[in-house]
This record gives sequence, structure tokens and C-alpha cells, in this order.
Amino acid sequence: MPKELMNKKDIDRALMRMAHEIIEKNKGTEKLCLVGIQRGGVHLAKRLASKIKQIEKKSIPVGLLDIALYRDDLNIRKEQPVVRRTEVPCEITDLKIILVDDVLFTGRSIRAAMDALMDLGRPACIQLAVLIDRGHRELPIKADYVGKNMPTALSETVQVQLKEEELEDRVILEKK
Amino acid sequence: MLNKKDLLGIKELSVEEINLILDTAAGFKDVIGRDIKKVPTLRGKTAVNLFFEPSTRTRTSFELAAKRLSTDVINFSVPTSSVVKGESLIDTALTVQALGADFIIIRHSSSGVPHLLAKKLVASVINAGDGTNEHPTQALLDAFTIKEKKGKIERLKIAIVGDIIHSRVAKSNIYSLIKLGAMVRLIGPPTLIPKEIEGIGVKVFHDMNVGLKDVDVVMMLRIQMERQGKGFFPSTEEYSKNWGLTPERLSLAKGDVIVMHPGPMNRGIEITSEIADGPQSVILEQVTNGIAVRMAVMYLLSGVKR
Repeated sequence: MPKELMNKKDIDRALMRMAHEIIEKNKGTEKLCLVGIQRGGVHLAKRLASKIKQIEKKSIPVGLLDIALYRDDLNIRKEQPVVRRTEVPCEITDLKIILVDDVLFTGRSIRAAMDALMDLGRPACIQLAVLIDRGHRELPIKADYVGKNMPTALSETVQVQLKEEELEDRVILEKK
Repeated sequence: MLNKKDLLGIKELSVEEINLILDTAAGFKDVIGRDIKKVPTLRGKTAVNLFFEPSTRTRTSFELAAKRLSTDVINFSVPTSSVVKGESLIDTALTVQALGADFIIIRHSSSGVPHLLAKKLVASVINAGDGTNEHPTQALLDAFTIKEKKGKIERLKIAIVGDIIHSRVAKSNIYSLIKLGAMVRLIGPPTLIPKEIEGIGVKVFHDMNVGLKDVDVVMMLRIQMERQGKGFFPSTEEYSKNWGLTPERLSLAKGDVIVMHPGPMNRGIEITSEIADGPQSVILEQVTNGIAVRMAVMYLLSGVKR
């Protein structure tokens, strides 16, 4: 049986807190740009942007980043990952980029995302926001903003389901 | 997923596979529009351009596609290779593979050569034009360009004009556009359109003024000068008068018609400069899109484990 780690309200509260933390740490919204990793991260980045707008009354740009072409497991995967669009609406050079993903696990996706970003320009800094940090890092990467820390076993999977994908908002933990 | 190691022709592809290639190409189009036009995706791989027929644009396009994916490229051109010393085609291909090629991109004047090599080689074989058979990546880049400009391909009226019978570009486009649901018309002199081709679901017109009526897309083909004097058409002047694309003829098509040409163009023969350089022409965009589509093909073929 899948176990529910977060429900709709939990997700909403966590995102609201993260939005406040982002504004606090960056002292406002100047030069901020949110970049969501395809696909789950994109929805969360848009939600964070709308919460930040609610709080600060200022719009910040949201980009989408596809990391398929930068993955380190292309030679060992059974199938080629689907290539999706990368659309970052502004020059990222000198901006403060908040990279957004749904689950932080080995850190390999984030490594790929940072390489992809660096090919788009030279940001002033990159910060990382994730809804769930489930541990088991294989690279020296850590998140700046975390919705929920959730120690897991390698035999488990964590799924973030969002209404943008026509599912009910929730985070579930399943045994493989 | 593209469950194939080779791209031999459009005939061998399903609608889903064609759409997968076109969707994937959209992601690569983003890449080639940036300042840093390169991704590390296929680094450490090697592609060999094995061209037994002269070509500048297709070979350069494949070369750039490979380089943008961080794949190393070798151009193996015929006059400098051992082919002139009498090495057989298969021995040449096996040698290239033994040198470490992961992709062999082949153009040959005989139809079916890529298919033969694909059976003999572990490397991915990509058909860059075989005889009068197919030129699949050209049809894919044409479909990508139409989709980009028109938002869809289904139900569009698309005219292919010129030497259909000798054209591998026309053949690949006919297969692809029919699979994607377009209404395909072929326009040209009776000597240059295969008899009974209407059986596969296309309409044939010998009068260009009738054929161009209300079309959404006009695809012009290059008239091959070497066919002159072989009885296919009386003279280039005569051909141009009857089947050349002029502004007057183009005005018979829909107002938002787009004009395509695979290149190289014979300006003033099959197409006037006014149209080639005009607002309805997407000829240079076809060239750019060719790189994105060829990147997508190499990326998807490399996913097959062997």
C-alpha cells in the first residue's frame, strides 16, 4: 500500500514557506528567475512564482529546463529519455537562478541541470528548491529550500503527483 | 521510443515513429538557436559520412548535427578512399566500422545500399539518399518545417512539383505526408510522374495552374540538368514555361501558402528568384531545421541497445 507523505494542504503550506524563504534569503525579488526541471519541477516553479507574487506583488520570470541531453546515464538506460523543450524567457547571465525540482535523490539530475544552465549563460548564482529531499546523495549537492525532508530506503520510490498532470495533489511513498 | 538501429527510409517508419522524431527535433531546435550550440549528449561516439555521390549541404548538415551532439565526425569521401582502388562497398563499410564508427551515414547512387549495409553492420546506418529510392531525413525536415509553420500536417493540401520519377526527395515526402494525413498532389509532365502512382493515394496534375489551386504548401523539386536531352522534357525553357513557379502561378494557391525547395535551386528554371527570396519562401528555414532533425535521428537511434 502506498503511504501518503503529504496531502494537498501540506504541499501548499510547504510551498508558501519556501516562497517566504526565497524572498528572505534574496532580500526581495530583484534579479530572481525560477527555473523548473521538466516536468514536475516546472509546475512547482510556476506555483512558487505565483506565491511570491502574492507576497511581494512582483512577477518573476519562470523558465523550463529539459535535462535529457545532459544526463550521465544515457549509455546505460534501456530507453532514451524523451527530449522536451527548454524555454528560459530571459538572459540568465547575472541573474540569481532558483532551480526547482520535485524530488532530490542522488543529485545527478541537479548536476545535469546545472550543466544545462551553464550552457545558457553565466548566472550570478544557482540556488536549489525541492519539494522532497529523500536522501541518498551520490554527488556533493544540497538544497537551499526544502519542502519536506523524508528519509527513505533505496527500495522505496517517492512520487509527487500534481493537479497540473491531472492527478490529485499529493506525495506518496511506495515499496518497489 | 524508436526501436531501430537504422534509419533506412520513411516507408519503414510508423506514424508514431515519425511523430517521435519530429517532437524530439523541437528540443534540438532550441539547442541550435543558442549561443552555445552544443550539448554533451553523444560524446565519445563517432560518425562517419560515407558519401559515394557528391553532396555539400546534406553532408555538412549531418556533420554539424553530429558535432552539436559532441560526436566526432570523419568525412570519408570517395575520390580519396580505397574505393578507387577497387575495394568492395561492404569491405569499405566494415573497415569504417572497425575504425570505431557508431553511425555510418551513407549516400549512394544505387537504391538499397543502406539496407544492405544495415544487415552487415552493428553500427547505426543512416540513409542520406540512395539512388532514386529515398532521402528520409529530407522528408523529416520538410515535415518538421510544415508543422512549425502550419501547426499541423493533417488535411493540408500539399503540392510536389517537378521530376517525381527520379526524385528520392519526392518519394520520401510522398510516404511521409500520406502517413501524416496530408492531401498530396503531384504536378509535372507525364514523362516525369510514374504511371499508376494515384493508386497510393495521391492526385496527379499535369497542368500546374489547376494543380496549385488552393494548396497550403508548394514543394518544388530541383530539375536535374543531366536529364535534359533524354526525352523527359523538350528543353529547360519549355519546362520552365509549363512547370516553373512564378508569382502569377503562386497566386492561385492559398494566401498563406509556403514555398519549399530541398536545394540546390536552379533559379529562373523551376523557381523564380522573386519567390525563392520572397516572404512565402521557407527554404532557408528548411536548412536550419535539417540540423535539428538529424540530431534527433542520431539521438533516438543511439538509444537502441545491441
